[in-house]
Amino acid sequence: MPPGISTSDFYYILPELVLTGGALLVLIADVLLPRGSKALAWVTLLAIGATIASLVPFGSTHVEVAHGLLAVDQFALFFKIVFLGAAALTVLMSVRYLEIEGASPGEYYFLILCATLGMMIMAGGIDLLTIFIGLETMAVSFYILAGFIKPNQRSNEAAVKYFLLGAFSLGILLYGMSIMYGLSGTTNLRTMATAFVGQERDPRLVLAVILVVAGLGFKIAAVPFHMWAPDVYEGAPTPVTAFLSVGSKAASFAMLLRIFLEGLPSMSADWRLMFEVLAIVTMTIGNLAALTQTNIKRMLAYSSIAHAGYILIGVVAGTPRGVAAMLIYLLIYAFMQLGAFTIIIIMRRQDVVGDELKDFSGLHIRHPFAAFAMLLFMLSLGGIPPTAGFMGKFWLFGAAIDAGYVRLAVIGVLNSAISLYYYIRLVVFMYLKPQGAGSPVTTSPSLGIALAVAVIGTIFLGVYPRLLFDLAEMSARTLGVAAVTAAIR
Amino acid sequence: MMPTLNDYLVLSAILFAIGTAGVFVRRNLITILLSIEIMLNAVNLTFVAFGRALGAVDGQILVFFVMTVAAAEAAVGLAIVIDLFRHRESLNPDSFASLKW
Amino acid sequence: MGQAIAFYTLAAFILGFAVLVVTTKDTVHSVLFLVLDFLFVAALYVLLDAPFLAVIQVLVYAGGIVVLYLFVVMLVNLKRPPEAHHDPHRRTKLGLFLAVAVLLELGAIAVYQTTRPVLSVPGAPMPVTGNTEQVGWLLYTSYLIPFEIASMLLLVAMIGAIVLAKREL
Repeated sequence: MPPGISTSDFYYILPELVLTGGALLVLIADVLLPRGSKALAWVTLLAIGATIASLVPFGSTHVEVAHGLLAVDQFALFFKIVFLGAAALTVLMSVRYLEIEGASPGEYYFLILCATLGMMIMAGGIDLLTIFIGLETMAVSFYILAGFIKPNQRSNEAAVKYFLLGAFSLGILLYGMSIMYGLSGTTNLRTMATAFVGQERDPRLVLAVILVVAGLGFKIAAVPFHMWAPDVYEGAPTPVTAFLSVGSKAASFAMLLRIFLEGLPSMSADWRLMFEVLAIVTMTIGNLAALTQTNIKRMLAYSSIAHAGYILIGVVAGTPRGVAAMLIYLLIYAFMQLGAFTIIIIMRRQDVVGDELKDFSGLHIRHPFAAFAMLLFMLSLGGIPPTAGFMGKFWLFGAAIDAGYVRLAVIGVLNSAISLYYYIRLVVFMYLKPQGAGSPVTTSPSLGIALAVAVIGTIFLGVYPRLLFDLAEMSARTLGVAAVTAAIR
Repeated sequence: MMPTLNDYLVLSAILFAIGTAGVFVRRNLITILLSIEIMLNAVNLTFVAFGRALGAVDGQILVFFVMTVAAAEAAVGLAIVIDLFRHRESLNPDSFASLKW
Repeated sequence: MGQAIAFYTLAAFILGFAVLVVTTKDTVHSVLFLVLDFLFVAALYVLLDAPFLAVIQVLVYAGGIVVLYLFVVMLVNLKRPPEAHHDPHRRTKLGLFLAVAVLLELGAIAVYQTTRPVLSVPGAPMPVTGNTEQVGWLLYTSYLIPFEIASMLLLVAMIGAIVLAKREL
């Protein structure tokens, strides 16, 4: 029988409480502030800032809250910082975009904060119940955000598609979870891990693992569960796409690591094989499909699918080093992906949608800094030194070799080479083609800040990455990774 | 002769399969949503059956939350459907023009 | 024996109606079959010693969610946009007053609550018997935090549904 709850538990969920309060504050401010006021974005940023500040006391905490429903540890902390940072950048890049699209900002910012809340719960959840309720809070917010630009038919269709496949994948995931609950008699992942020892060959458990892998495969957009991603990325409002491809992906990976490394270490032989196949297929198909895209958002969608494949390599390795490499990669990916989307939003003007390849023609004449920043993000996504993307890939593939998966590392390197083609093609358009049509390309202060942060992050993490790696490795060690390595050897 | 845990699990597995089949076979948005509801009911049945076999109430708590989630999804999903219907008077996902299905 | 007969009868109905939901061409009929299906699942919950869930199943699923479906199906089948919505002049002051009143009430409850530091002792067995009491007890003790998150989820869903379905904001 699970024991009760004490008031000290509420102290440990302080960041979540602050964020919830902030979200409600945004709703109230929306009513009180005059229409069209930009102050709402600052209220939202204030809420995010307050939440980050409230994370400070938990820098080295390592406890289970509510008797095993949530964990407050450095693993969760690392992810929470990634989510909140991504949310802040998303808000910065949304201000002008919302104005151009004529969407109401109050509910938009509220939903961004609620999605972030869901992600934080997912990263901290060590119980199937908290994980899935967090997942749904995030997913439902994103369903609405994807369809937020109502006059735009593509936005609406993106919402339909995302919702249908999201709800379907939730059903599959929940069915797997229900079997896990039944076979272990608990929903707590850590208790579950011990209950499953000796049950490795139970076909029902294998079925549960397959179902959970499939359900999560949808969430991280791994091939063959990726078909929603290109359409949703293309149709959804661009800042939402940015946040979806970074935040939702990171949160799903956090949840994946919690479930498999903490809850199913005894089944690692099965899920490693599945993830290895998924990783190879996902990288390859993602990159090959990206080669032919002419829409930048669609291209970045396939590129994002390919990146999910790279990151999966860390799960297959399963070592603390592999997990640390995943954490770093997700952070680096946040900077370069959000940066690339910021450029696409800068390209969005009253008269130009700006997400086609030809819209980027001759950008280096029209806005040299934007072109340079995009060049940097493309090189980083492709994994060229000295950008952060190179360091991220270096560690991921290194961890794979370290754990004895040389083949995976080789396929990863080959894939990076393929991906260079479509990243460089965009650079060619920006620097070598004649100027495109439309009104001049300008930035706003908030877009400028977002861009600057992304550029600095992409360069800094590429040049001086050591500090970050130590941090990530420390965070990775708080996860039940030690148990996995013990179970394999 | 009492129905065993296995009987309940088989029932929920078949129910889940029917729901999954519905998602793949049908081309009407509402029917696809109904099929997903059937899948979630199969999940709930599994939770309750396992919970009783384990002699714990936790399974029922989980079902309580799954129902909450189902309600939230239904509300949002139907709102999206209404929005879609405003754009075009069809609920067949194959008729989506601008995005490939 | 009685249980077995009940189980197999209910199972047959559940599967039969599920197949009908999936195969029927008319969406309205499909939804109605789903109501019947959910009612039989509710009966099965009673058989599984979960009477509280059975009632919730009827109230929330059959009574709430499916009615929502029916409503949308009929709305969509009308082939006619709903009447333009006229916004009556907003009573902002009254709303603000009510909000403040509720806030004060919540504040009073919070103050009252903090005078009792621990809500329940960890590891204590459930002090209640009976299915409904046990579910309620667990929901408001062990699972209080997920319960609160679920309330946020419902708020998100509510606001989202309004944002998406409303014509003009």
